[in-house]
Amino acid sequence: MSIQISCPHCGKRPIEEFTYGEIPRVPDHITDPDARNVDRVFMYTNPAGVQTERWFHLYGCRRWLTVRRDTRDNQMSE
Amino acid sequence: MNEFQEQKINLTWREPKRSYDVVIVGGGGHGLAAAYYLATRHGITNVAVLERNYIGSGNSGRNTTIIRANYGIPESVKFYQRSVDLYQSLEAETDRWIMHKQKGLINIAHNEAGLRTERARAAVNVAFGSKTDFITSAEVKKLCPQIDLSGGGEYPVLGASYHHSGSTARHDRVVWAYAEGAMRRGVDVHQRISVTGMLKEGHKVTGVQTTAGPISAKVVMSAVGGQVTQLADMAGVRLPIRSHPLQAFVTNHYSLSFEPILASPALLFYVSQTARGEMLMGAEIDRQPSYSYGTGHHLLQTTSYRAITLLPFLRDLRILRQWTGVCDMSPDYSPIMGFTGVEGFVITSGWGTWGFKGIPASGEQMAELIATGKIPELIAPFALDRFARDRTMADRGSAGTH
Repeated sequence: MSIQISCPHCGKRPIEEFTYGEIPRVPDHITDPDARNVDRVFMYTNPAGVQTERWFHLYGCRRWLTVRRDTRDNQMSE
Repeated sequence: MNEFQEQKINLTWREPKRSYDVVIVGGGGHGLAAAYYLATRHGITNVAVLERNYIGSGNSGRNTTIIRANYGIPESVKFYQRSVDLYQSLEAETDRWIMHKQKGLINIAHNEAGLRTERARAAVNVAFGSKTDFITSAEVKKLCPQIDLSGGGEYPVLGASYHHSGSTARHDRVVWAYAEGAMRRGVDVHQRISVTGMLKEGHKVTGVQTTAGPISAKVVMSAVGGQVTQLADMAGVRLPIRSHPLQAFVTNHYSLSFEPILASPALLFYVSQTARGEMLMGAEIDRQPSYSYGTGHHLLQTTSYRAITLLPFLRDLRILRQWTGVCDMSPDYSPIMGFTGVEGFVITSGWGTWGFKGIPASGEQMAELIATGKIPELIAPFALDRFARDRTMADRGSAGTH
């Protein structure tokens, strides 16, 4: 079985119905505005652990949802 | 030099010292190749390679072993052609049989845009020293008699680019050849040692903290695949990398010979035959960033469908094994090599889905960079600061799947 995402409108649906949306996070210690722009466009925190992310239910209800997922084993929380 | 006459690979393991000239983190192809070229080309042997598992256990053991240089931008063609050349001479140089086999790679065009892309690819390749021809569908049929030129009616084969130096090699033999060559010249390779932090003086990196205690070094090089973001973070470097799983699989034995490597950028699928006769197939990365080695049914389903569209004989075979690697995807689908802005810390990373073919050139060039302290011309365009300078090396169409 493929990974499933709980959609508040449609229930548990396979991950292939969704598209991934990143929430950009620029660390606070970068203060220079230019450096912040570069970081905002190109750099990723890419955590190995739980992260909050957005998913769009493209082949479903076409709504955005917020998911907390562990990137090490794809376990969804909430 | 064949499988019957071959001598035992001679790896000598030593206890870690407390200090080295160069510490390389990551005992895969890239790390070991850099150590090998440091020892052979520059005489630097006070080098340690740290591997947290066993050598070649990461992406060096999880790829689809394709070697090619048919890229779409000049910088990449030149770089990967260097890699192709080094692979070709690697058996003679190391006296180890890496099962290198030149097969030729067919990149199929299914529509007008595809034809344009493949014509341009052939032109750029020839202009920058690689051998690629544009061929017609009749010539495709001659090179690969099993192909259905109508593409199931959906994906007709209109033409293709034929890359003569497309080849494959046995992945773990490449790793062992480099490891043996480096160890024989005095390089230390340590397995089952993880790096847990960096030793720093101010911003400067002066060594690594490991599960076997601190090890100081003049230069620390990251050749990590997978969790490179975490390692760079210890040194205070932000990377433009997201880790995506990439799955591949093999079928059972196909008793006829399937000579070329066949790829379809439009179908996002490629296939070659392994030395055992298995048909090896791969497709695109999973969309969600993840470090999971989990495999899924969805990929088997979609890739099998694509495969049968072009090669109907595959429907009689059965899937044998499936595996996953974790790819470090850079935003422009090109690798990142060179200095990081932090003194004492250099990096070869962003090897995404194109790491295996880059091993020799990346190792050679990074060794030169460490030995001379200067950026070699061949990898200058792939520096980490290219993103801040707005000089990205965008070539998704060539890197796409493998």
